[in-house]
Amino acid sequence: MRILALVKRVPAPGARINITEDEQHVDDKNLGHAISPHEECGVEAAVQLIEQYGGDATVMSMGADVSEEQLRAAVSVGISKMVLVPTNGSPKDPQATASALVAAIRELEEQDGVFDLIIFGNESADQGGFQVGIRVAHELGRAMVNGIKGLEIPDGQDGSGDGHIVARREVDAGFEVYELPLPACVGVKEGINLPRYPTMKGRLASKKAELVSLAVEADADAHANGRQAQTRLKSPPETATETVILGDGVDAAPAVVDLLEELGVL
Amino acid sequence: MSAVLVVIEHDRGHVPEATLEALTSARSIAGGLGLPVHAAAMGEGAEMVASQVGEYGAEVIHHLTSPNLGDYNPEAWGQALVGCVSSESPAVVMASGTDRGNELMAQLAARAGLPFVANCVDVAPDVSSMTRSQWGGALHEEATLDAEIKLISMAPHTVEASPGPAAGRVDEIAVDVDDSLVRSVIRDRVVLSEGITLSTAPVVVSGGRAVGSEEAFAPLEALAEELGGKVGCSRAVTNNGWRPHADQVGQTGTRIAPTIYIATGISGATQHWVGAMGSKNILAINTDPEANMVTKAGWAVIADLHEMVPAITEEVKRRKG
Ligand SMILES: Cc1cc2nc3c(=O)[nH]c(=O)nc-3n(C[C@H](O)[C@H](O)[C@H](O)COP(=O)(O)OP(=O)(O)OC[C@H]3O[C@@H](n4cnc5c(N)ncnc54)[C@H](O)[C@@H]3O)c2cc1C
Repeated sequence: MRILALVKRVPAPGARINITEDEQHVDDKNLGHAISPHEECGVEAAVQLIEQYGGDATVMSMGADVSEEQLRAAVSVGISKMVLVPTNGSPKDPQATASALVAAIRELEEQDGVFDLIIFGNESADQGGFQVGIRVAHELGRAMVNGIKGLEIPDGQDGSGDGHIVARREVDAGFEVYELPLPACVGVKEGINLPRYPTMKGRLASKKAELVSLAVEADADAHANGRQAQTRLKSPPETATETVILGDGVDAAPAVVDLLEELGVL
Repeated sequence: MSAVLVVIEHDRGHVPEATLEALTSARSIAGGLGLPVHAAAMGEGAEMVASQVGEYGAEVIHHLTSPNLGDYNPEAWGQALVGCVSSESPAVVMASGTDRGNELMAQLAARAGLPFVANCVDVAPDVSSMTRSQWGGALHEEATLDAEIKLISMAPHTVEASPGPAAGRVDEIAVDVDDSLVRSVIRDRVVLSEGITLSTAPVVVSGGRAVGSEEAFAPLEALAEELGGKVGCSRAVTNNGWRPHADQVGQTGTRIAPTIYIATGISGATQHWVGAMGSKNILAINTDPEANMVTKAGWAVIADLHEMVPAITEEVKRRKG
């Protein structure tokens, strides 16, 4: 199989999210960065499918040059190829992002053949537009289901699969099961697996791996019927809370249980 | 005729609360534009939604029909919506920002080549600008939307669903859905848990990194059981493999709304907080009085969770007799 996992580099803020002075970005000067969590699980899913069915997996990110850090992290856990689609600074809107990704995927597929499966994250952790994967899949004419928390390839006669992928989506009381013909696209959610840590060997391999930079243009018609644009970022209004300290140490247990009684949960 | 069109996200005829919220928001947006609220429903059970959707303000319910529409299918339903939008030319199409709501809006947007603004929390009267949520609600973005037909979803719980009866006249529209799109239909369902879940539990007793191991969750289990609640956790815990991801509270986990959330050994990072902030009461148990969870909670105890949790369980048992 040929699998492509798409990832986005996001900052990892703690107790609060600070905004830059121009109100356009998350201030990430003092923050670490990570692969957006759903996509980190997408990388793990790609590696697991390749381990089981053979083939090779590629990871691709559209972003600033520093996204190389996240691409190498994906290689360190078992992805074989990495591709960066450079953006020049400013964040793109979902239509432009999807359009550029389509161009990049078409180019990769022209070189090495169609990807049987393209794995997106359900939504990016930062902007959370909930649409890039769906737009890309539609443009490529492939089946797409979002919110996936289980992937499995039913056995075919030669052990290589029967041309479908079974995808499970979590709902309140269980799972919905989809069966998509390959080639297909899915958007996965954290919880589909527990991403592995890189091995020493993986880390070394990731240092040596070649980074392919693939500059593409978004389709000039991407915004033919309109566009959305960010004006500014702001902190959501906070309701100030006065914390009532019920006590220090185990002596506070009766006060806690008084509270539980008052709330009627006992 | 122009209208504000609400996509009815139903499961075999069952309309979720989130869609009633979307209808409630649609009434005020439509009021501002001087337009009626319409609804679009399709697939298995769509004929069952009309009275409820009318009750929440839809003048007209467009029942979209095609031999290729059955159980939920994001691609086929998305294409059916394109048909409805081209015959009705609504000014605004909206849904609730749930998994299905956002998925259907994105499918429609992709197929119609339109922009789509997900998870709005506030929308200007002319729908050309809005505030939307980023980072699961920990950050807000002011945005503009320039398009002839405006596609948006409302972040869940932005408004409380309230009825506002309208005619609720059903109008059938036959739409084209390509045979090929049948590929993305639900084939099967697996029912896992009956009874209370993390998102419906009245009490959630949650543990963070400070719990320390899988086994060390036993006292939290005991307390949750005494209180008829569920155990939750932070991402530090699921990342360590101590609890399954289904127990994770937060941006990439579950959003909870219990009567009381007892957060022990959890620092309260924004991505955890956005999952917990819907709780009616929060009690933080932490050794650090400066922890974000403590300063944001209504109630706190400054203590070692390993001593405090069993002490609370003992006291609960003593009072129960
Ligand atoms: C994009 C993204 C998405 C994320 N999504 C989620 C999510 O959905 N859910 C989530 O939880 N996290 C999420 N995170 C991770 C989040 O940023 C934090 O890293 C995580 O919540 C920290 O978990 P914690 O509070 O258990 O650990 P820590 O931050 O390490 O906090 C441990 C706390 O325990 C206290 N403590 C220590 N010893 C004791 C003791 N003996 N008794 C009592 N208290 C003690 C400490 O004072 C501290 O406050 C996400 C991160 C990113 C980047």
